[in-house]
Amino acid sequence: MPHPYLPLTDHDRAAMLKAIGEPAVDSLFDSIPPDLRLGRPLALPGHLSEMELAREFGRMAGANRPVSSLESYLGAGAYEHYAPSVVRHVLGRSEFYTSYTPYQPELTQGMLQAIWEYQSMVCLLTGMDVSNASLYEGGHALAESCLMACAATGRKKVVLAEGLHPEYRQVVKTYAGPQGIQVVEVPQAASGAADLKALEAHLDQDCAALAFMNPNFFGCLESGADLAGLAHSKGALLVACVEPVSLGLLAPPGDFGADIACGEGQPLGIPLSFGGPWVGFIACRQALVRRMPGRIAGITDDNRGQRAFVLTLQTREQHIRREKATSNICTNQTLLALAATVTLSALGPVGLQEVATQCLSKAHYLAGLVSRVPGVELPHAAPFFCEFTLRLPVESAGVCRAMRGQGILAGVELSRFDKARPRDLLVCATETKTRAQLDRYAEVLARAIKEAA
Amino acid sequence: MSSEPLIFELSSPGRRAFDLPALDVPEATLPGALRRGRAPELPEVSQLDLVRHFTHLSQRNMGIDTNFYPLGSCTMKYNPKVNEDVAALPGFANLHPYQSGDTVQGALEVMFELERWLAEISGMDAISLQPTAGSQGELTALFVCRAYHEKKGRRPRKVLVPDSSHGTNPASAALCGYEVETVKSDDKGHVDLEDLKARLSPDVACLMMTNPNTVGVFEKDVRAIAAMLHAVDAQLYYDGANLNAICGLARPGDMGCDMMHFNLHKTFSTPHGGGGPGAGPIGVKEHLRPFLPVPRVEKDASGYHLKEEGFPESIGRVRCFYGNFGLLLRGLVYMRALGGDGLPEVARGAVLNANYLLALLKDRFEAPYGDRCMHEFVLSASRQKRENGVSALDFAKRLLDFGYHAPTVYFPLIVPEALMVEPTETESKETLDAFAEVLRGIAREAVETPELLRQAPVNTVVGRLDEGKAARQPNLRWTPCPPPPA
Ligand SMILES: Cc1ncc(COP(=O)(O)O)c(C=O)c1O
Repeated sequence: MPHPYLPLTDHDRAAMLKAIGEPAVDSLFDSIPPDLRLGRPLALPGHLSEMELAREFGRMAGANRPVSSLESYLGAGAYEHYAPSVVRHVLGRSEFYTSYTPYQPELTQGMLQAIWEYQSMVCLLTGMDVSNASLYEGGHALAESCLMACAATGRKKVVLAEGLHPEYRQVVKTYAGPQGIQVVEVPQAASGAADLKALEAHLDQDCAALAFMNPNFFGCLESGADLAGLAHSKGALLVACVEPVSLGLLAPPGDFGADIACGEGQPLGIPLSFGGPWVGFIACRQALVRRMPGRIAGITDDNRGQRAFVLTLQTREQHIRREKATSNICTNQTLLALAATVTLSALGPVGLQEVATQCLSKAHYLAGLVSRVPGVELPHAAPFFCEFTLRLPVESAGVCRAMRGQGILAGVELSRFDKARPRDLLVCATETKTRAQLDRYAEVLARAIKEAA
Repeated sequence: MSSEPLIFELSSPGRRAFDLPALDVPEATLPGALRRGRAPELPEVSQLDLVRHFTHLSQRNMGIDTNFYPLGSCTMKYNPKVNEDVAALPGFANLHPYQSGDTVQGALEVMFELERWLAEISGMDAISLQPTAGSQGELTALFVCRAYHEKKGRRPRKVLVPDSSHGTNPASAALCGYEVETVKSDDKGHVDLEDLKARLSPDVACLMMTNPNTVGVFEKDVRAIAAMLHAVDAQLYYDGANLNAICGLARPGDMGCDMMHFNLHKTFSTPHGGGGPGAGPIGVKEHLRPFLPVPRVEKDASGYHLKEEGFPESIGRVRCFYGNFGLLLRGLVYMRALGGDGLPEVARGAVLNANYLLALLKDRFEAPYGDRCMHEFVLSASRQKRENGVSALDFAKRLLDFGYHAPTVYFPLIVPEALMVEPTETESKETLDAFAEVLRGIAREAVETPELLRQAPVNTVVGRLDEGKAARQPNLRWTPCPPPPA
C-alpha cells in the first residue's frame, strides 16, 4: 500500500529484489521458522490518514481539561511556569530533535556545545563543580545520586528525610533493594522541616548518604548547612535534591556543603505533559566525577586547532565498561536539557531571581489570604517558597470537587499519599497567577468550606 | 561556518531576553540564612542574540530531517511531523500529573490504547508504560524477574548475555544486583547453543537476547533456547531494540520470551532528541504481571483509572508519575497512522532496504554473516585495516565529508572493525543508491589514496578531535571570572 512514510514503489521493489537475487520480499524472511511467524494480520484497526489522526487525537485531547483552561494550584513536584516563546522555537529546530546521541562529534557540535552549556548552567545554579548531560527525571536522579554515594563510600545504607517527595523515595527503594542497600526513611519534625534529632539517631558509620529535598515535599525550606554538618560528622555524603527556580533566591547546595546535588528540571520551561518527558539533573564535587552516571560533554581541540566539543570520560559508561559501568543509562533526556538551557539563557540571573521572587511573593500573599478563612490552618511553621500545606476544617475531597466546578484546581490532596491526612491540601502559586486570581481562590475556598461544613 | 561562541561569551551585563509583568502583590522575602549570597552567573543576552546562538548551534548539528542517518541499532527512521503537532495540543501538553481522573480521561485513553497495541504487536500479556528508555525498560524487567524468583523462594545470582549484546544489557543486570556471564556466538552470529547449555543452572535468573540480534541475524532457535531456560526456571528477556525487523510478522510472545522492552524512539518513530527523550515500555507474560510497576491504567464502566493499590507484589516505581507521556502519545499516533495493515509493511520495507544496501556493498567489504540480513547488517573493514591501514573509524569519518551520518562503528564487539548499517524503511531507493555509491567510492579511496580517509573529515565544521585530551584534561563547564574585590 502506498503510505506517506513508506517510499518504495512496486517498481523499486522489483528492481531491488533483482539486485538481491530473491523472488519476493517475503523470502527475505525465510530465516524466521514458519512456526514463529504470526501467520495472521494484526488484530488492530487499519491505518489512518493525517486528517483522521488529527481528528481522533483532537477528540482525545478534548476529553482532557488542561491546566491552561483552568486555574491550577497543583504542584507537588510538577510546576506550572510560563515558558518563554524562544524555548519552543529552539526545540522545534529539527536539526536538534531528529538527531541521535552525538556519537559523531564532527557532525553534532551544536548539540554537544548546548550540552556543555547546560552542564555549566547546572553547576552555576547548584554551586557544584561538575554536571552530567542529564538523567531521566528527578526521582531517577535521586536514585542515581544515592547509588553514587554508596559506590563512593563503600557503604550500603541511605537515610532519606521524609520531606523528599514520596514517589522519589519509592524510586530510590526500587533501585536500592536488589543491591542490598538499606533505605531508612525518617519522619519530619512538626514544623514541616527535617527532624535533625531523629536523623542523627539513624546516621551511623554504615551510612553512605543523607538525602533531603529543598523546598521539601510539603513546601517547607530546610537548613542545608545543619544537614551537611550531620551527614559529614558520620562520614556520609549529603545529597541535596533541589528545585531549580528556587535557586534564584535560595542558597545553592555547593554553598552549604552538599556532595551531590540533583533534582527535576521541569520548572525550567518544560511542559507538564502529564509527567514527562522532563529532565533529571545531577551535579557533584570534582572528586566524585568518575562515579558520575551517564553522558558528559567536554572541550578539546580538533586537528585544525579549533575548540571542539565531545562526549568524554566514557570509561564510566555501559558501552565501554558493560557490567562495570557506573550506570546503565544510554538514551537520556538531552532535548529537555536543551529546553532548560534556553530557559536559563532567556531568564539570565536577573530574570531567574525575578521569577523566584514572584513565586515566593504570590504564594505568601495567597497563604496570608487563606489563613484568614475561618477554620483553615497552616500546620507547618517552617518558612516556605512557592508551595505550602493547608489544613482544612473539612475533608479536602469535597472542597476540591466544588472548586473544580468553579474552574479552580485547588491543590494536591495529601490523602493521595497519606490516608492520615484527609484534610490537608498542598497549594502552589507561581508567577503565572495574578492577584485577582489569588483573591478569587480565597473567596471560592471560603465558600466551598462553608458549603461542605 | 566559523565557530560559535559560548553563550557565556555573548553575555553583557544588563541585557535580557525575557521580561515579566510587574509584581502585583507585596514582595515577600526569605530569612537571610537561607538566601543565596550571589546570583548565579547565567548569561545576559538579548532575545535576538539568544535566537541566533541556538539557531547557529542547530546549524552545526545533523538530524534525520537533513541527512541520511544509517546508524545501526538506532532505527533512525523519519519522525512524522503530525506526531509533534498532536503532542503540542494544549489538551495533552498542559496536563498536570496529579489532576483528578475526571479531567484526564483522554490521556488515560491514550495510555490504555497504547498498552493494547503493544500487547497485540508483541504477543505479551501485560504492558507497563513507565520505563523512560530502553535501558530503564531492561532494568525494570529485571526487577520484575527478581521479584518473580524471590516469590518462589529462589535467589538465582546470574544473568546471561550474548557476546553480541548491547552494553546496556550487562549494565542493567549488574545494576539489578546480578553477576553477568557472557555466552558465545557461533560463526553464523547465533547464540552458541552448546555454550549456553554449559552455562545453564538453577543459578541463572535470565538470558537477555536481542532478536534479530545485533549482527542482523534472526535467532531461529529462540524457542529451543526458551525451553532450555524454562527447564531451570530462568526467564527469557527480549531486547526490543530491533523490533522494527519483525513488527506485525512475528512476535516475541510467540517465541517463548517472558519479558521485553520496546524502544518507542526506534521502532515507533518518536524523535531521538539528540540523545533523548525516549520511552521504553515493557511487556511481560501473565506469570510476571503481578510484579509490574504501579500505577496501572485500567478501564471500567465509569471510564479510565490509574490504580495504585491492590498490587501487593509490584516492584514499585522506577520513576515518578507515569512514564514519558509525550513520547507514549507520539508512539501511538505513529501506530495509528500505519495501522495493523501498515506495520508489517514497515518491517518488510526495513528488511528489503537493508538487504538491498548489503547487496550493493558486499563485494567491497567483508560481510561476516553472509549476504542476507534482517533490518540491519554488519560489515567489517578488517581487510582494509590489514591491507591499507585504514580503520572502520576512518570510513566513518570519510562518510561525514559526503554529508552522511556514519554507521555505528565498533559495535557489536564480536566483529572487528565493525560498520553496522541500518537504513530503515523510510529511505527511498535513490537515497540508498547514492549512499552505496559514495561508500563504494570511499572503499576505492581506501586502496588508492588511504590518507584521504585518515585525514577525514575535512568538510565538517571541525576536524577529527583529540578525544584523549578531553579525558586527560577534563573541561566540563564554564567557569566565571572571580568577582572583583569589593
Ligand atoms: C540493542 C540495544 N539494546 C538496548 C538499547 C538501549 O536503549 P536506550 O538507549 O533507549 O536506553 C539500545 C540503544 O542504543 C540498543 O541498540
